[in-house]
Amino acid sequence: MSTPDIALEPATAPLREGPAEAEAETQRLFVASQWQLMWWRFRKHRVAVVSGLVVIGFYLMALGADFLAYADPDASEAQRSLMPPQPIHWFDGGRFRPHVYAVKGARDPQTFKRVYRADPDDRIPIRFFAQGFPYRFLGVLPSTRHVIGVDRGLDAAKTIFLLGTDVQGRDLWSRLMYGTRISLTIGLIGVTVSLVLGVVLGGLSGFYGGVMDTLIQRVIEILRSIPTIPLWMGLAAALPRDWSILQIYFAITIIISLLGWTELARVVRGRFLSLREEDFVVSARLVGCSEMRTIFVHMVPSFMSHIIAATTLALPAMVISETALSFLGLGLRPPAISWGVLLQHAQNVQTVAISPWLMIPAVPVIVAVMAFNFLGDGLRDAADPYGR
Amino acid sequence: MLGYIGRRFLLAIFTVWAISVLSFAIIQLPPGDYVTSYIAQMAAMGSVVTDEEAANLRIQYGLGQPIYVQYWKWMKLMVRGNFGMSMEWRRPVTEVIGERLWLTVVVSVAALLLTWTLALPIGIYSAVRQYSPGDYIATFIGFIGLAVPNFLLALVLLYLGFTLFNANIGGLFSTEFQDAPWSLAKTWDLAKHLPIPALVLGLAGTAQQIRIMRANLLDELRKPYVVTARSKGLSEARVILKYPVRVALNPFASTIGYTLPYIVSGSIIVSLVLGLPTVGPLLLKSLIAQDMFLAGTIVLMLGVMTVIGTLISDIVLVCIDPRIRLDES
Repeated sequence: MSTPDIALEPATAPLREGPAEAEAETQRLFVASQWQLMWWRFRKHRVAVVSGLVVIGFYLMALGADFLAYADPDASEAQRSLMPPQPIHWFDGGRFRPHVYAVKGARDPQTFKRVYRADPDDRIPIRFFAQGFPYRFLGVLPSTRHVIGVDRGLDAAKTIFLLGTDVQGRDLWSRLMYGTRISLTIGLIGVTVSLVLGVVLGGLSGFYGGVMDTLIQRVIEILRSIPTIPLWMGLAAALPRDWSILQIYFAITIIISLLGWTELARVVRGRFLSLREEDFVVSARLVGCSEMRTIFVHMVPSFMSHIIAATTLALPAMVISETALSFLGLGLRPPAISWGVLLQHAQNVQTVAISPWLMIPAVPVIVAVMAFNFLGDGLRDAADPYGR
Repeated sequence: MLGYIGRRFLLAIFTVWAISVLSFAIIQLPPGDYVTSYIAQMAAMGSVVTDEEAANLRIQYGLGQPIYVQYWKWMKLMVRGNFGMSMEWRRPVTEVIGERLWLTVVVSVAALLLTWTLALPIGIYSAVRQYSPGDYIATFIGFIGLAVPNFLLALVLLYLGFTLFNANIGGLFSTEFQDAPWSLAKTWDLAKHLPIPALVLGLAGTAQQIRIMRANLLDELRKPYVVTARSKGLSEARVILKYPVRVALNPFASTIGYTLPYIVSGSIIVSLVLGLPTVGPLLLKSLIAQDMFLAGTIVLMLGVMTVIGTLISDIVLVCIDPRIRLDES
C-alpha cells in the first residue's frame, strides 16, 4: 500500500507546539497502516463511536439473554395478566437496599378488569446474582444465576416485573432479552447471506464485465423495481404453517437476504470496476498472478473497509424487515420471541391505551436501528482514509 | 432523445413481464391452493366440503392444470384487461380493488407532496444556515425519521391521539362517510383525514430528502460561481435560488422513481396499523387465503407503478439536466 500523501489529522493530534513535534506527527502518519488511519478517522466521529458501543452492548445483551432475564420468558400466569411495570426503589431509609413494592391484584367488580395496587409496606428486596430458572450460559455452562432476582423464601407469589407483563402474564423484560437475541441474530445471519451473494455476484459482474455483467445488472434492476414489502409478504405467506421455529427462523432470514444483496452487489461491482485498471492490479496480472490471487490478495483487501461499512448500513433494514414481518404475523410466530412478535401485542390501540408498556419493545428497535445507522455512517467516512 | 425513451420503455415492458412471472410464481409457492385453504376455512366454521365439491371448485378455477398453463391463461385475461375473479370475494378483481387502488394513490401522492413541501425549504435552510440551531433540529428530526420504522410511528401517533385527544386518528373517513357515495362533503372529510397517514408515510422520505438537499446545496454553495454572483451584487435570495438550488434539485428528480414505490409498498403495513382502506390490508388477506388472482393482480399493479415511477424519473432527469447526455450507444 502506498504511503498517504494527504496529511490527515488524527484525533489524538496534540496541539502543535514546535516544528519537532509536528515533524514527529507527520512521521507517525506516514508509517501508520491503512487500518490505523481508518481507526483514527473513525475515532473522530464521536456519535459513531458511541453508536458502536451501543451496538456492542446490544450483542452482549443477546449473548447473555438468559443471564439478564430473571424469569422464564414462557412462564405464563393468568393471575398476573397485564401487570404494570414496577419501579425499583433504590434506597430504604437512607440505606442502599433496592426493592420493589409488592403488588396485589384483584378483579374490579364493575369492569371485570384486573386492577393492581402496590403495597408500600410489603417490600420485596432485589438480590443480585440470585438463583432462578436453570439455563446454559452461552449454550454450554449450566447455571441458575441471574443478574437480579428475588428471594422467594416461602412465599412463591413474590416476584418482580420491571417492565410489567403481557396478556398472558409473562414477564416483558425477560421476553425482551430473548427477543433481542433472535431479532439481532436474524439481521446478522441475513447480512452474511447477502454479503456472500453480493460479493460473489457483484465481483463476477465487475471483474468480468461483458454478458455476465449485463445479465446480473438486469437481475438486480428487476429485483429492485419490485416493491419489497409485497414480495416479502408473498414469500413469507408461502411458509408452511407447520414448520418448526428453527425452520421458520432460517426461512425468514433467507427471504430477507434474498432482496438485501442487490445493494452490496452494486457497491462491490463499483469497486471492482474502479480497481480493475489500477496500476497495482495490472502489474499483479502482468507478473502472472492467477485470477483468484489477483482478486483475493490484491483487490479485495483494498475495498474491504467499504464492504464492512455497506454491511453495517444493511443491517438496520434487516432488523426492521424482521420486525415488520413478525408484526404482520407473517414472520416469526409465537412461541418464538422477537421484537416483532412482542410488538404484535401492541397492534391494537385500545390495548395499548390501557397498558402502554406493551409498546416498550419499540424502544430497542429504534435505538438499535439508529445506532447501526450512525455506526455505518462513521465507518463509511472512515473507510477511505486517504480521501478527504 | 426519442430513441432513449423508446429503449427505456422497452426495458420497462420487459421488467413488467418479469414481475408478472415472479409474482405468479410467488403466489403459487405455498403448499396447497385456494381450495385447500377454503376447505380449512369451512372446517373451522363447522361445515364440510366434500371431495366432489373440492374437485368441482378446482375445475372451475382451473387449479388442476400445470402452472405454466395457468400462467398463460392468466396472461391472456390480463392483456384483455380482465384481471380474473377473486376467489374469496367471488367478485371480479377489478371490482374488489377498485376504490382501494385510488385511495392508495391518493395517500401516496399526498405523502409525496408533503415530503417535497417539507424537505425542499428545510433542506435549503439547513444548508444556507449550516450549524445553526435550526440546522441541528432539522438534522435530528431527520435521523429520527430515518430510524423509526413507519408502522411504529403510526402506532405511537395512534396512542397519542387516543390518550391526549381521546380520538381515533386512524382511517381515511369518519364513520358517517364510510359507505356514503362520493360527495363534496366526503372529499373534504378525506382531506381532513389525510395529513396523519401522509405524515407517517412521508417522514422517512422527508428525512432522506433533507439530507440529500443539504449535502448537494452545500457542495454547490462552495463553488466559485456563487461567489461571483454575490460579488456582482445579486440579492442573497437570488444568489441561492437562481442557480445552486436548481442544480441541487437534480437528485430529487432521480428519486421520484424510488419514492413512489417506496411509499406505496410502505403504505401496506401502515394501512394495517392505521386502518386505511388501501390495497395493503387486502393484499395481506388475499395472500393468506391464497386468493391467487387478487394477490397476483395487486403485486403486479404495485410493480407496474414502480416501473412507471422509475421511467418518469429517468425521463425527467434527462429533461432538466442537459449535462446528462444519452451516450448509451
